Amino acid sequence: MRSIGIRSEDERTRKRILILLIFIVLIVLTFVISVNIGAIRLAPSELLQTIIGNGTAQQELILFEFRLPRIIISMLVGAGLAVSGCILQGVARNPLAEPGILGITTGAGLMVVLALAYYPVGESIPVGLLPFLSLIGGISTAIIIYMLAYDRHNGLLPNRLVLNGIAVAAGLNAILLVVSLQLPEQKYDVLAVWMAGRIWGAEWRFVFTLLPWMIILLPYIFLKARTLDVLTFGDEVATGLGVSVEKERLKVVAASVGLASACISVSGGIAFVGLIGPHLARKLIGPNHRFLLPLSAVAGALLLLAADTIGKAILQPSEIPAGIVVAIIGAPYFLYLLSKS
Amino acid sequence: MAAESRTSDLHTTTKSIKSRPLPAMIILIGGIIATIFALTLSISIGAADITFSTVWEAIFHYDPTSTSHSIIQELRLPRTLAGVLVGASFAVAGAMMQGMTRNPLADPGILGINAGAVFMVAICFALFPGMSYNGLILFSFIGAGVSVVLVFGISSMGKGVVTPVKIVLAGAAVTAFFTALSEGIGIYFSLSQDLAFWFAGGIAGVKWTQLKLMFPWVLGALIAAMLLSKSITILSLGDDVAKGLGQRTKLVRAAGFIIVLLIAGVAVAVAGPIGFVGLIVPHIARFFVGVDYRLIIPCSAVIGGFLTCIADIGARMINAPQETPIGALFALIGVPFFLYVARKERRNL
Repeated sequence: MRSIGIRSEDERTRKRILILLIFIVLIVLTFVISVNIGAIRLAPSELLQTIIGNGTAQQELILFEFRLPRIIISMLVGAGLAVSGCILQGVARNPLAEPGILGITTGAGLMVVLALAYYPVGESIPVGLLPFLSLIGGISTAIIIYMLAYDRHNGLLPNRLVLNGIAVAAGLNAILLVVSLQLPEQKYDVLAVWMAGRIWGAEWRFVFTLLPWMIILLPYIFLKARTLDVLTFGDEVATGLGVSVEKERLKVVAASVGLASACISVSGGIAFVGLIGPHLARKLIGPNHRFLLPLSAVAGALLLLAADTIGKAILQPSEIPAGIVVAIIGAPYFLYLLSKS
Repeated sequence: MAAESRTSDLHTTTKSIKSRPLPAMIILIGGIIATIFALTLSISIGAADITFSTVWEAIFHYDPTSTSHSIIQELRLPRTLAGVLVGASFAVAGAMMQGMTRNPLADPGILGINAGAVFMVAICFALFPGMSYNGLILFSFIGAGVSVVLVFGISSMGKGVVTPVKIVLAGAAVTAFFTALSEGIGIYFSLSQDLAFWFAGGIAGVKWTQLKLMFPWVLGALIAAMLLSKSITILSLGDDVAKGLGQRTKLVRAAGFIIVLLIAGVAVAVAGPIGFVGLIVPHIARFFVGVDYRLIIPCSAVIGGFLTCIADIGARMINAPQETPIGALFALIGVPFFLYVARKERRNL
């Protein structure tokens, strides 16, 4: 008996590693395609030459200064949003929870937009400040919807959480609109791009702004995988298993909101990545957070990179922001999940 | 025996429907007077200050040589009247949807109907730039219809009952989908600026020609809604009761939704997607006149028209000389209201 158990555990591990590898291969492929799209194309052979240092100065400039930061930002943001969504779905015990749908994205975005809007014209805002501002907006929104969805007798009501999120997002969007109409034209353009979810921080300084947040928060969340598993069972079971529910929930939700806010501050308003990434991962690998979280991250990275690539490719030379591409794919997927629930 | 007691139950249910004709009359008459007053106020406020008496003169003794008279006749009068019509349309659409689906959170904006209409308007802008206004209204109507089919089709799939939550979620997703597509079209055809006007929802640019085209549709739909209102009251008691009373629920619902689509589609074609009017107004009306839709529908129309007129005045004053989009204004009032209704509505949430 025991040996069979071990063997099947081995098989499962092998399957997990295989799935992870497939995703990584897909990311590399998308990367190659993405580099090959744009005003100046870099064919795969040229890409290889440039990477090993034999490219022309122009090729190096294109790859290292234009394409690479954007690709890295897309992947980081995709991974961050997917992990954030994965946590929220576990904690809220609602498969439809996601930073975009819960309004956290919009709350975080509102702060970024206010900062961009009221910073003196002509001066550029310190990039490192943006994630912090974004975090204030994200956390405030999360507190509002959490409190509104909390019932004294029944605890956190999963359905009401999502419902409140949608409403709060609508209200915040209205504020965004009012703010945006008071702006001078050049600032309005920045804002319009932000709201459509274009990867606008496609420079190295944005990568380095986002990176510390990912380096701190992702490992922290991965360490909390066990806690997330327990929280998924519901408040009573979790308490029975010796987890101080409120405290732990607060910690992981804070980490999740922090992650989403940091991503949003450099990427613009992108929804649905936090929905699709984790669902795809859960289908392939099951509900165990120890494996689910990393695979969600990889799936999210692939998704957003692919969305950005598609957005660049289909209507050349004009670009469709990644946020729009994701919404066109993500909304039907959301409806599909809803019809099954 | 059981059947008999059931029929008598139904009888008492229909009898006990709270119907308060007196408050309804007060709302209708008072509302119309208040709306006329608000109209006059709305026309007199603006960049060029115009007195009440000038407004009166411009309407009843029009003098084409006077600048203020032509401002009133060409700019302010059509937009103000359009505001009243649009507000009444969205409010009636919301009232009918709330009654027919027994969903207190129903509103053409929340359920994605407006987004579908906007999407079709975007397609018209992009592919058929010179399209007539009637054509635009037709397409807007089709878009609204596609949204309704999607939202109600998807939320009634699956095993569980159709809850208000499910419908609202489906509406949000359909809205996200059509908004993204519309934005994509806007970017591809470089129409973002024009479309932004529709997204925001505003009545600033409405002219007499649009108003004239819109008016018969809205009037026809309002009359049809009134004719259907008794059946909607019965439908609002639940399908079982309605069937027990011998109502052909499917037929009534189909007719009701066609009216909703028509009225919301026309309003979106004129003013863009203004949400939350259709949510708030029927609740106000129901609070005063009870649950009889023969009273709720006309009162919603009057209150919706009045509130939109007031909101339009506010939209111009808050950040003068710029205009705040009236859709954003309603969202700011509507969201807390939505949260309140959602919290109060415990049974299905």
